[in-house]
Amino acid sequence: MATISLNHYLIVGAVLFCTGLFTMMTKRNAIGILIGVELVLNSVNVNLIAFDRYLGPNRMDGQLMALFVIVLAAAEAALAVGICINLYKNVATVDVDRATSLRG
Amino acid sequence: MPYANDVNNDLFLNRMIFNAMANSTHRTRAEGLGLRDAALIRCAQTFDHSRRLKPAAQGRAKIFPALDCLRWLNPVVGLVCLAVLVVWGPGASSVAAADTLASDVAGVTQAVPGGVLEALLFYLVAGTTVISSLGVCIAKNIVRMAVWLFVALGSVALLYLLLAANFLGAIQLLVYSGGTLVLLIFGIMLTSKSPWVRFEPHRLELLGAAVICGALLVGLCAALTGTTWHGMEEVMPGTSVAALGRRLLTVYLVPFEVAGVLLMIVMVGAAHLARQEK
Repeated sequence: MATISLNHYLIVGAVLFCTGLFTMMTKRNAIGILIGVELVLNSVNVNLIAFDRYLGPNRMDGQLMALFVIVLAAAEAALAVGICINLYKNVATVDVDRATSLRG
Repeated sequence: MPYANDVNNDLFLNRMIFNAMANSTHRTRAEGLGLRDAALIRCAQTFDHSRRLKPAAQGRAKIFPALDCLRWLNPVVGLVCLAVLVVWGPGASSVAAADTLASDVAGVTQAVPGGVLEALLFYLVAGTTVISSLGVCIAKNIVRMAVWLFVALGSVALLYLLLAANFLGAIQLLVYSGGTLVLLIFGIMLTSKSPWVRFEPHRLELLGAAVICGALLVGLCAALTGTTWHGMEEVMPGTSVAALGRRLLTVYLVPFEVAGVLLMIVMVGAAHLARQEK
């Protein structure tokens, strides 16, 4: 157990992914769902960097993909918070179950 | 001058509140919301304005002036720590070697992993990550969720440092903990006043989500432990920031530019979305 292998990091990534998924499934607050998405993106990044460290022979592809994932996550969070604020302006709540104006 | 004395001030504010209420009722009616919804929105806005009437509690910063100094000192200390980590962290000594190599491959200078210290650090950081991510999904209050997310993001940054990805660790702290999380907290603050404050799901939903996520976790762990990865015997040295940047500007040039264009589009789009309607 003294040597840390790839599987250790992958298990941490799996735990992050599952907790993020659970957060997305159970929270009604739109920003809570956004927090779950951030957890899932972080689990992907942990996996990418761990693979880059242990399997990628000095190519840094995993780290660069993780960098792009971080950029996309920041952009996604900015847009999603803007959408949440607009939702709050229109429906006066961020409960996603109450945003039903598009329901037929 | 409406601010001449307290009585005038109160009268002025009352008139403002009345105008805001009338406007909001008119607007919500025009947008097709029901009477009940309009009344609830009006209640919420009245509550908002009455809260604003109270004098702001700002005595704390005056009682403890040292805290004020600390608030300005914090980012400076954080930046210094980040710089130290990036320059002298694990795997960073290959920067000079990579510069002399003049290739896009990092210099092979040190082998970080192995040893009891790394294992201890890994278990500490991984435990913090797991506990804080569980805290995110268990917490009911949205602000507590954000604080747990802060801890989770910080410990994931430490995981990156353990994986000898110094630059990614620093970027994680800067972009996630410094940018995204602050954005999320601003979003929470701007949307927290709501007539419907109960966001709790049913027990059946909780049970279903727990079963699905638990099964997924068990399946993932079983699949991981049953897989043999090729090339696991050799351990890679740390990559340097210089090599990373060189690769980003040669092989990954097109995605780099596309990411820049995307960021600009997102900036324009977010400004448009959050714009006040006239």
